[in-house]
Amino acid sequence: MEETKYDFDVIRWFTIMAVVYLVVGTLVGVYIASELAWPFLNFDIPYITFGRLRPVHTNAVIFAFGGCALFATSLYSAQRTGSTSLWSNKLAWFVFWGWNAIIVAAVITLPLGLNQSKEYAELEWPIDLAIAVVWLAWGLNLIMTIAKRKTSHIYVSNWFFMGMFVMITYLHVVNSLAIPVGLFKSYSLFSGVQDAMIQWWWGHNAVGFYLTAGFLGIMYYFVPKQANRPVFSYRLSVLHFWALMFGYVWLGAHHLQYTALPDWTGSLGAAVSLAMIIPSWGGAINGMMTLSGAWDKLRTDYILRFLIMSLAFYAMSTFEGPVMSSKTVNALSHYTDWTVGHVHSGALGWVGMVAAGALYHLVEKLWNTRMYSAKLVNAHFWTATIGTVIYITAMWVSGIMQGLMWRDYDEFGTLTYTFAESVAAMHPYYAMRAIGGALYWLGAIIMLYNVIMTVRQAATQRSTAAAAAA
Amino acid sequence: MADKIYSTKLQDAAERNVFVMFVLLLILLSVGGLVEIVPLFYLPQTMEHNKHPEVVWQSNGRPISVENFKVGDSITWKPGDGVRPYTALELAGRDIYQREGCYLCHSQMVRPFRDEKERYGHYSLASESMYDHPFQWGSKRTGPDLARLGGKYSDEWHFQHLMAPRSVVPESVMPNYPWLAEQTVDGAALKRHMEGLRMIGVPYTDADIEAAMQVDGRREVDALIAYLQVLGTMANLKDDVDYRE
Repeated sequence: MEETKYDFDVIRWFTIMAVVYLVVGTLVGVYIASELAWPFLNFDIPYITFGRLRPVHTNAVIFAFGGCALFATSLYSAQRTGSTSLWSNKLAWFVFWGWNAIIVAAVITLPLGLNQSKEYAELEWPIDLAIAVVWLAWGLNLIMTIAKRKTSHIYVSNWFFMGMFVMITYLHVVNSLAIPVGLFKSYSLFSGVQDAMIQWWWGHNAVGFYLTAGFLGIMYYFVPKQANRPVFSYRLSVLHFWALMFGYVWLGAHHLQYTALPDWTGSLGAAVSLAMIIPSWGGAINGMMTLSGAWDKLRTDYILRFLIMSLAFYAMSTFEGPVMSSKTVNALSHYTDWTVGHVHSGALGWVGMVAAGALYHLVEKLWNTRMYSAKLVNAHFWTATIGTVIYITAMWVSGIMQGLMWRDYDEFGTLTYTFAESVAAMHPYYAMRAIGGALYWLGAIIMLYNVIMTVRQAATQRSTAAAAAA
Repeated sequence: MADKIYSTKLQDAAERNVFVMFVLLLILLSVGGLVEIVPLFYLPQTMEHNKHPEVVWQSNGRPISVENFKVGDSITWKPGDGVRPYTALELAGRDIYQREGCYLCHSQMVRPFRDEKERYGHYSLASESMYDHPFQWGSKRTGPDLARLGGKYSDEWHFQHLMAPRSVVPESVMPNYPWLAEQTVDGAALKRHMEGLRMIGVPYTDADIEAAMQVDGRREVDALIAYLQVLGTMANLKDDVDYRE
């Protein structure tokens, strides 16, 4: 029996929790998007104002949803590609409970206004310490599981998970260095320009390694598995892996162009950003071409659709990123909604969809059954795709419009618009964005329902099979 | 065949031994950060006050003494004298600014463009945020930039705007902050905050830190307004000086 060979229980729970957190995280996102369109939704309640809920949204989708998806897929991939059980099943359970405790702590402290006010690293120092411990426990388990594998070579998905582990460890430790001045209050060890550079070195690489390298690891295991084809090119995977690892680290500086960061740093970041399109597309091509000769599967396999659509969004946003980091475009796009749109084409289109595809695949394998409803998988696919397109289109329009309005001069050489006029002009697009997000959230609800029904169906099948055997 | 090499020897070694790959990653992934971050701590041109010392206030051990100024005291710092640490009341305001997540919608970093100069004022210098732990440059302007907000509006305007933004700016999407008028500053906690900042290099004097206790019980909104009113006013920047080469 395959079941006795692998440690799948903890992976099942990570899988379930990833879907739950997808629903929760996107719901908070829809709510704060609505607050920007209809500010009465802040209701004069401190705990649900935009400023306090926005970190709840980002932490929920990145660390709760993304974290559970990454832990599930990485510990699954390390076992399956190495034909071995986990190095320590207990340690994996420690990571499960530890990570969920951290998420609970985040949900309590962030609405209370306890934060370090560094984007995507808002959690205060005691929680940061807990994150470090749990993260290292996961990394140790991953590496030791790879070390005890029965195969000769380490499969490519595991390289990416390891790269993510090393870099996120560096980033989290350095960016979170702070002096505690209370149980839930601390000040960054760094100040001003150095703090800004360290924050965006963290900020962009949380995207680059957590949401890109980690999810490329997912892509490299689950696309070939679901398509039942080998990876298109081994050579391409080697080249783009090392190029991506080396290059991504430099990109953070492009968030600080034209600021008080010295010009050499921002320009260096922008130059490497332009070059990064090559390794990024290397991954997208390798994933998509894995389907060459089997494109017809897209017609019938809804799970595969998620994986391939995610690669299309990945290719698009990794083209958009270098464009936005070039100085001319950045002068317009920085500080606008375009950045928000760019992040979401990656987050909703790439991260959300590749994870959904992988999680569906996992549910079928882990519970040894087919999805309860293929139609609902398809419904999720279309709500997610259409929701993402509405979201990013709204943000393109509002972002570019903001940028143009702020710098517009009339025939007398004075600024055409007040800032408040640019805020008023955003209203329809903020409403449209909330609708796009709500559609995406609806898709997540459909997924959760489908997954729960699949697990129940598997339980029924098992008991029927047991009854038949007896 | 298991012993056949499909790539280079090094790549093959990394794929066969997880610890080789681990060490390679440790080295490779440290490069970008080291090159971009470390020089910022020692290259003198990073901080403008190395060339233009007038940007930063030289306390010479004198307390800031802005709020607790009593007749007969010698004034030690006045606006334009240069960048200085925040007073107790301003820091309390800054803590609130952080707590409420203001930085998520407001930047504090004016870029050197014509429209930004006209809309906000002189472009921001790195030296202006040298005492900002953490930096509050922000990344998004859902609301306007606040780097040069100080002195543009009256305290009464700010109070009205914080209580009900749409009563003064109808287009605004900012939340109301009525609780800031009800909650008060905790002087003892503020004192600990200032002591912590001194430990990591903010040059507070004992008198500056003692002033925290005098702020105890002040309304939070007053602290926040004190912070907003000092933003961008500390240094007297001149248009004809090129602070950044």
